[in-house]
Amino acid sequence: MPSPRYTREIPGRYRLEAGRCSGCGKLVYPVRRVCPKCRGREFETTQLSRRAKVVTSTVIHVPPSDFQMQSPYAVAIVETPEGARMMAQVVDCDPNQVLPGMEVALEFRLLKREGRAGILCYGHKGVPITPGG
Amino acid sequence: MAGIVGYGAFVPRNRIKSEEIARQWGKDPAVIQRGLLLKEKSVPGFDEDTITISVAAARAAIDRAGIDPMRIGALYIGSESHPYAVKPSGTVVAEAIGTGPEIHIADFEFACKAGTEAMFVALGLVESGRVDYAMGIGADTSQGAPDDALEFSASAGGAAFLFGRDNLLVDVLETYSYTTDTADFWRREGEFYPRHGGRFTGEPAYFKHVLASARGILEKANLKASDFRYAVFHMPNGKFPLSAGKTLGFKQEQLETGWVVPQMGNTYSGSSPTGLAAILDIADPGDLILITSFGSGAGSDSFVLKATDLLPQQRGRAPTVQSMLQGPRRYLTYGEYAKYREKLIVND
Amino acid sequence: MREVAIVGAGMTRFGELWKYSLRDLFVEAARGALESAGADRLDSIYVGNMSGGQFVGQEHLGPLCADHLGMAGVAAARVESACASGGVALRLAYLDVASGASDLVLAAGVEKMNDGADVTAVLATASDQENEVYHGITFPGLYAMIARAHMAAFGTTEEDLAWVSVKNHRHGAKNPNAQFRREVTVEEVMASSPVAAPLRLLHCSPVTDGAAAVLLCPLSEAKKYTDRPVKIRGSGFATSTLTLADRENPAVLDAVQLAAERAYKAAGVGPKDIQVAEVHDCFSIAEICCIEALGFADRGRGGQAARSGMTALGGKIPVNTSGGLKSKGHPVGTTGVAQAIEIFEQLRGDAGERQANGARIGLTQNMGGSGASSVVHIYERGF
Repeated sequence: MPSPRYTREIPGRYRLEAGRCSGCGKLVYPVRRVCPKCRGREFETTQLSRRAKVVTSTVIHVPPSDFQMQSPYAVAIVETPEGARMMAQVVDCDPNQVLPGMEVALEFRLLKREGRAGILCYGHKGVPITPGG
Repeated sequence: MAGIVGYGAFVPRNRIKSEEIARQWGKDPAVIQRGLLLKEKSVPGFDEDTITISVAAARAAIDRAGIDPMRIGALYIGSESHPYAVKPSGTVVAEAIGTGPEIHIADFEFACKAGTEAMFVALGLVESGRVDYAMGIGADTSQGAPDDALEFSASAGGAAFLFGRDNLLVDVLETYSYTTDTADFWRREGEFYPRHGGRFTGEPAYFKHVLASARGILEKANLKASDFRYAVFHMPNGKFPLSAGKTLGFKQEQLETGWVVPQMGNTYSGSSPTGLAAILDIADPGDLILITSFGSGAGSDSFVLKATDLLPQQRGRAPTVQSMLQGPRRYLTYGEYAKYREKLIVND
Repeated sequence: MREVAIVGAGMTRFGELWKYSLRDLFVEAARGALESAGADRLDSIYVGNMSGGQFVGQEHLGPLCADHLGMAGVAAARVESACASGGVALRLAYLDVASGASDLVLAAGVEKMNDGADVTAVLATASDQENEVYHGITFPGLYAMIARAHMAAFGTTEEDLAWVSVKNHRHGAKNPNAQFRREVTVEEVMASSPVAAPLRLLHCSPVTDGAAAVLLCPLSEAKKYTDRPVKIRGSGFATSTLTLADRENPAVLDAVQLAAERAYKAAGVGPKDIQVAEVHDCFSIAEICCIEALGFADRGRGGQAARSGMTALGGKIPVNTSGGLKSKGHPVGTTGVAQAIEIFEQLRGDAGERQANGARIGLTQNMGGSGASSVVHIYERGF
């Protein structure tokens, strides 16, 4: 991925920065210029908590080439307590156990490398929260 | 006076047992375990590296300190496995924890001593008054060559220490460094695995510098081994730190809390820092703690620390090292380990 | 707006067509459509194509196609809406004629997927690059998530998914142009290799080369070309959020629902009036969700349609008599136009062994991405 594009997305990817519409209060993640609910253009920056619940999920068995060595891996749509939804892998567990309702902590991880010589791309992945953990 | 206002650690959840590695190379696991005193080590996943480990440790340190990360004026990461050869690890971590751009950042390197180096400099900057808070992190995901002794010990993990002048969890009473040019272990630019001088890494390297550094700080601080509740030394394997500790007059009870290597291996720049974090997880107010690191090349940093009353109040805000060592983890086969550590040749 | 008719159609076989380039495919389909109508000129050409640029490094397909058809000079442009490109090309052609601006328009679709591109990566560009693909999701992965959400909400089973593939292969076995002309059993589908849990290989449409084209003109002039025209009664088009995480409910394809409402309104008919339909089964779960969104089955009950025979040839509302995307093949940008050709033939009584007897009103539904765009057309026998 070319670095200008990567660098622009850092606040959302590294810090889970979201926007709350000043007009209608809708939470938008990642941030956008126009509110999808009321078309307002003013937002307050806010950070999402690093916990979420799985809404739906799958286990990828045929991955894209830059994720080749990692398969099979679970990917899920997760929802934070504030109500923001996002796509995230869920790792450090049996991928077949990643099912709707699972609670995860969001940890900072290396999402991919641009080949052997390109940039490193970071973001967040979910890790199951075990009871008492 | 300056000291530690927050600390945190992170150990990846994948493990491989030393008997699995021994089996791969046709070695007797019992001999290995007796010789190195290593049970298992942590293995980073494809999605883990020095940067991700540092972010987790730094976030925990900030949680324990309870300060606004924007007040951190400097951030230093010491590692011998920085993900880029040219481009800092510190900048990624700083953006991830929500600090900067008014911040000083540098990456440090000195084999396994780079973590305490980062701590050394962070402490000095806060003491001088140039910044209010500075973070020093030691983290690594170093490699051991196949069928080499280091393959049993080279692991992944790290710890972060936030230094400040107020609300200290740990006072820093003294520091001392002992450094010479000794080529006991090295890696040339472009090489995938490091090389070492076999037995030369023992007496003339590890023991010479660790003992000199520890003796140096004890003399400077006018203390003796029995004054301390805890001591932690760099842990290249299970044996060396116990041997150094005993030589200096420390007893098993003083050494065992920081002695995390049998369960997680040697996390290089993260080794003694993670052992220190394990100690801080249980130390009582007033306890004196010695930490002495070692980095090949070669040098040894020592700190004399004292736990304050605030430590037990704040440390519950982030996970303990033991909870990571005992918590959910997955044991890999050698094949999976080789895949994760990119020891397999793949098509680009 | 004038009434519009389809008066000619042409398509290539669908499959791995190693000897055919993108240009070859387009020309064969386009010439087929022109010759079937005895036409030798065009006012405009709309070419549905998801990504000539990524599959074969070729953009600017409008002039390329016109030129290779021997008609340089004709107004021509590529139309893109991921897998709905063909359907949208048809819609634009329809509006071009309906508005009175043009009298003879070719709506075509072409996709050359087998020239060595990284197909998984190219198809993933139909989803959200920054927020979905970045995390390692694939196209089948997105539909797998939709399947799991549907299964959790409505109790749909993996076997229900398998029945869609079984039905469509049974239809496709009767289609000489289909990529796969053999039947499959439920057991075979359930044992095929996992792609993205719970979807397996035989739940997923294949990688296909192919082209299709239809000729449109005002209904009042259809006699010049054929005495059996098929009218386009209505067209509806809608979008939804690109990112699956932003949908109200991942188990509900709201773009399809909205497009269908608009098409039904324009056509003055409802779901009960539709007698045969081509529906976008890029994955088995898609057919289940689409027939719910089209109103052929109640919300959550789509899983039973294939199993019970409701959507099979001879059933209440035959769906995908062509074999659907699963068995006929899915050359991405072509599909929407190929769907129109199947309905064109059905309503003219030309579907041979696949004929839905007496069908007078038909529907096509084409969809892009994970349901981010959808276009629905309703047709009626015009003679």
